[in-house]
Amino acid sequence: MSGHDDDDHDAHSELGEMDVRVRALETILAAKGYVDPAALDILIDTYQTQIGPRNGARVVARAWTDPEFREWLLEDATAAIASLGYGGRQGEHIVAVENTESRHNMVVCTLCSCYPWSVLGLPPAWYKSAPYRARAVRDPRGVLADFGVTLPDATEVRVWDSTAEVRYLVVPRRPAGTEGLGEAELAGLVTRDSMIGTGLARAPGGAA
Amino acid sequence: MSYVSHADLGGRAHDGPVTPEAEGNPFHARWEERVHALTLAMGATGAWNLDMSRAARETLTDYDALGYYGRWLRGLEKLLGERGLVTPDEITAGRVLRAGPVLPRVLAAADVAAVLARGAPTERPASMPARFAVGERVRTRRDVAPHHTRLPGYARGKCGIVESIRGVHVFADAHARGQGEQPQWLYTVVFGEAELWGARAPRQRLSVAIDAWEPYLERA
Repeated sequence: MSGHDDDDHDAHSELGEMDVRVRALETILAAKGYVDPAALDILIDTYQTQIGPRNGARVVARAWTDPEFREWLLEDATAAIASLGYGGRQGEHIVAVENTESRHNMVVCTLCSCYPWSVLGLPPAWYKSAPYRARAVRDPRGVLADFGVTLPDATEVRVWDSTAEVRYLVVPRRPAGTEGLGEAELAGLVTRDSMIGTGLARAPGGAA
Repeated sequence: MSYVSHADLGGRAHDGPVTPEAEGNPFHARWEERVHALTLAMGATGAWNLDMSRAARETLTDYDALGYYGRWLRGLEKLLGERGLVTPDEITAGRVLRAGPVLPRVLAAADVAAVLARGAPTERPASMPARFAVGERVRTRRDVAPHHTRLPGYARGKCGIVESIRGVHVFADAHARGQGEQPQWLYTVVFGEAELWGARAPRQRLSVAIDAWEPYLERA
């Protein structure tokens, strides 16, 4: 079976089995001197608490408020993002693509799960799922509807399939009525999904 | 033996809805965190490279049935087994049965931050000029590569336009097979929806971009 958790009992026993199996593998690898368990703890903590979509939100908010930074970001995203302190693993070669009135960008990896970790963290389950990977390149408007997003018919949808080591970051459109907001408040409007292109930035004081 | 990737999902029909998920912990179980960390830590030993890792996962015969981190676990076990680092009987027994080869590097706790910060850039100096120019019309290879490749099936044998040149990058097809980096020019190629999905497919005002290494392309 596919491991979908439509049956609670099966799901729980499967989790138990996986826990045991992974623990055993970790014990073997540690005993052979191939991994340092303390390094594993640090890796997990890093991707749970330090590297996540708030990094990208800060990048976007800066681009919304600083025209020079925006230009740099669109020209050389890897360097512009590094200037804010984000880089490294799965963020070595970043390209930022900006949404406009005439074009909406959406990112997928149809072949696996390539994703700009340095600015968005690890991908959500749906990004790695078969339906998203299958449909994004063929029926992006249908996928957007699953996220409650409808674009004007006249807007071009550009889908970026991350087939090599370039990682794409979508710069969503700045919501109307945000002229008086500072960078930190603006970053709060930038959702993870808006930087993948399956969502829009939130309106101030309201829902998405 | 022919090479079959089960991971090439782009454009596959009859897939269900996409289920949005709130921002937050990217892991859904403790074992997923450990598998992710084990994979990164073993990757850092240099026992294999990222392209080999992808190849190991995409060729799992029960790819569809395994969950995402289930694939990572099985891919890791496969790579370990192929190199005699952890043998299948050790996986079954859940304990060490024999000493494995010594690895040149082990990721120490003190080095994690530096290793993540360094990443693994794939861009290399150019030794040849790029064969294609921005704006040029190209056709992707039609044949199916009998090995790991990053040209998705839906974009095979299709005409598109070179939109950007991304520099020279480690060539995944060679790297995954242990043939060294063989760096190649990398291009962003854009396709129209009728080219990909046929003239009768419902129109979405859609264009799709892929990143394609030079050997994937010919002049159209």
